[in-house]
Amino acid sequence: MNLTLKIWRQKNANDKGKMTDYQISDVSPDMSFLEMLDVLNNQLIEKGDEPVAFDHDCREGICGMCSLYINGEAHGPDRGVTTCQLHMRKFKDGDTIYIEPFRAKAFPVIKDLVVDRSAFDRVQHAGGFISVNTSGNTQDANAIPINKHDADKSFDAATCIGCGACVASCKNSSAMLFVSAKVSQFALLPQGQVEATDRVLNMVKQMDEEGFGNCTNTGACEVECPKGISLENIARMNSEYLKASLKG
Amino acid sequence: MSGFLSSSIGRKFAMALSAFFLMIFLLQHFAINILSVFSESAFNKASHFMGTFWAVQYLLQPVLIFGVVFHFVMGFVLEIQNNRARKIKYAKNNGGANSSWMSRNMILSGLVILAFMALHFIDFWIPEINTKYIQGDMSGLHNGEFRYFHELEEKFHSHIRTIVYCISFIFLALHLLHGFNSAFQSVGANNKYTRGLKGFSKIYAIGIPLGFIFIALFHHLK
Repeated sequence: MNLTLKIWRQKNANDKGKMTDYQISDVSPDMSFLEMLDVLNNQLIEKGDEPVAFDHDCREGICGMCSLYINGEAHGPDRGVTTCQLHMRKFKDGDTIYIEPFRAKAFPVIKDLVVDRSAFDRVQHAGGFISVNTSGNTQDANAIPINKHDADKSFDAATCIGCGACVASCKNSSAMLFVSAKVSQFALLPQGQVEATDRVLNMVKQMDEEGFGNCTNTGACEVECPKGISLENIARMNSEYLKASLKG
Repeated sequence: MSGFLSSSIGRKFAMALSAFFLMIFLLQHFAINILSVFSESAFNKASHFMGTFWAVQYLLQPVLIFGVVFHFVMGFVLEIQNNRARKIKYAKNNGGANSSWMSRNMILSGLVILAFMALHFIDFWIPEINTKYIQGDMSGLHNGEFRYFHELEEKFHSHIRTIVYCISFIFLALHLLHGFNSAFQSVGANNKYTRGLKGFSKIYAIGIPLGFIFIALFHHLK
């Protein structure tokens, strides 16, 4: 496959940045998208040019590091996969592919396609955890009965890998799907009840302080989420937040 | 509750509550307007009651005006905040791949509805306020007969006004198709009734504006 790539190049956080065109040939349809970028970078290095910086780690679809906006969609045109699991067979010979970083005020670009998603870490630090006594008297989690429906919903929410595709896809750059998944995974379990009020209040406060936009329920986040996190979680977080506000 | 309304979820909640209020008002407005198709007398009586009953005029009307103004102002505030949350736009964005046109263009359909409301107020509400509260005529009569039905018919003689009203109702349907269901999501409705509510919201969003179009065309073609 011969392709034209239009890639966002930005030297550093302060650089203005621009889209730059690259031609790449002999791309195998069996390559992953990141492997195709590896090939491009080899070509750039051989020519003495600066390679394109992009995030990646596990390349198995679970770490949430790869974060590319490909042809107008987070993680590209495939569904239920991260960029590293996207394969070149999804494109056609002669295609022009736009590759941009995830865009949001809360996700500033560090270099080229690499963005700073530490806003998510700060939201997590604000309450995305439970306190467990580890002094030797820790209760076995399996000893606490939990109905299967709630356990399943909690596990579904917990599959969020925090990649940021929800923010990137949302026309408002809202982080509600991510935050609601983190709130829901604990709100549905007895272990999460003790800190439930503070958790949702603090996480939403931090989310707002980070500069994410407001959710308008377009549902784009759910469609583009590589882990299929449901919008139900946002409704759950909204009701948890109302309950917590009335209590607190 | 401190800080609830200044939070992103609180603003969504307030937006949804004002939307629910406006949707109930819309249903009531439709219920009275559809009377004009079946009975001139019933429409006149209902209009006179709504136009002169103190609780409607001095309690519900101010609440309604507040609800309308709040919904529009909050809509613009949220739109500005949301635009600020992404300063650099994508070179290529394929929004159609993951969301409906209605959900992405609520501000556009909202602006059309706002323009329509200005026209609607000029057509009906301002003359009504002028007659009742400036000229002091609370009788609802003109030449010894109730004036409401004749005023309605007179307005829909115009081709242009009828077309503008019908187009506005289509935008109202587009706004409601996303807005109704979105309001339930915003207040945290997530239970066994959610699927039923989605179905009901579609029937409401299409049915009510279609009913208003029918009323406008009925009087225009009569």
